Amino acid sequence: MELSEQNVKKQRPVHLDLQTIRFPATAKVSILHRVSGVIMLFAMGILIWLLHGSLASAESFQGVQALFDNFLVKFVVWGILTALGYHLLGGIRHLVMDTGRWEELGSGNASAKAVFVLAIAFSIVAGIWVW
Amino acid sequence: MVTNAASFGRSGVHDFILLRASAVILACYTIFLVSFIALSAPLTYEIWHGLFSALPMKVFTLLTLIALLIHAWIGSWQVLTDYVKNTALRGVLQFTFVVTAFAYLAAGIVIVWGV
Repeated sequence: MELSEQNVKKQRPVHLDLQTIRFPATAKVSILHRVSGVIMLFAMGILIWLLHGSLASAESFQGVQALFDNFLVKFVVWGILTALGYHLLGGIRHLVMDTGRWEELGSGNASAKAVFVLAIAFSIVAGIWVW
Repeated sequence: MVTNAASFGRSGVHDFILLRASAVILACYTIFLVSFIALSAPLTYEIWHGLFSALPMKVFTLLTLIALLIHAWIGSWQVLTDYVKNTALRGVLQFTFVVTAFAYLAAGIVIVWGV
């Protein structure tokens, strides 16, 4: 018998009904923080490419501005802004939690939901701004 | 103490602090730049070029890209060590992510240098 198997009841209840298992809001905030972070690592390449074009010359600046007439470009920039806003809000929540606040079940769930609401609001504002 | 050759800091505590310190710089730069673009609409080349020709803005930009390198390094290490159990694949992905972040820094130096 391995050490890890000692003192463990063999007949433990197993709950694997995937229809009833739900991620709590805190878990959703956590996984989306990771997803948005990885997305932005690649999105940053697009932003740096745009920065290069916007600063190289007056002509290339006009070229970057003309890019924004394209729906796909607007959509990608809006997506980047949404990921950025979400990651920033989730990060601020992390910093508050570092001080010992919002660590209880109730406050943790409430702050997670607040991050979602604020991120959606920011995403809508960003969408209006881009279009 | 658990050490890992692929992590950025000397220890978990070091990573913890560096992740947050770099996050603060990234947040400040993001809020500043998005506010600047939003408030100076319609943005012209003269205004945009003028902003980046100032030395403090060049330093702020490069500081942010260094923070991005640190932040992305630690963040991708956390994600990869959780989900990618194959050591060879994880090593290749970590290498790709870190090289990408280094390339951003190199590109940023060249971009603001010429302004």
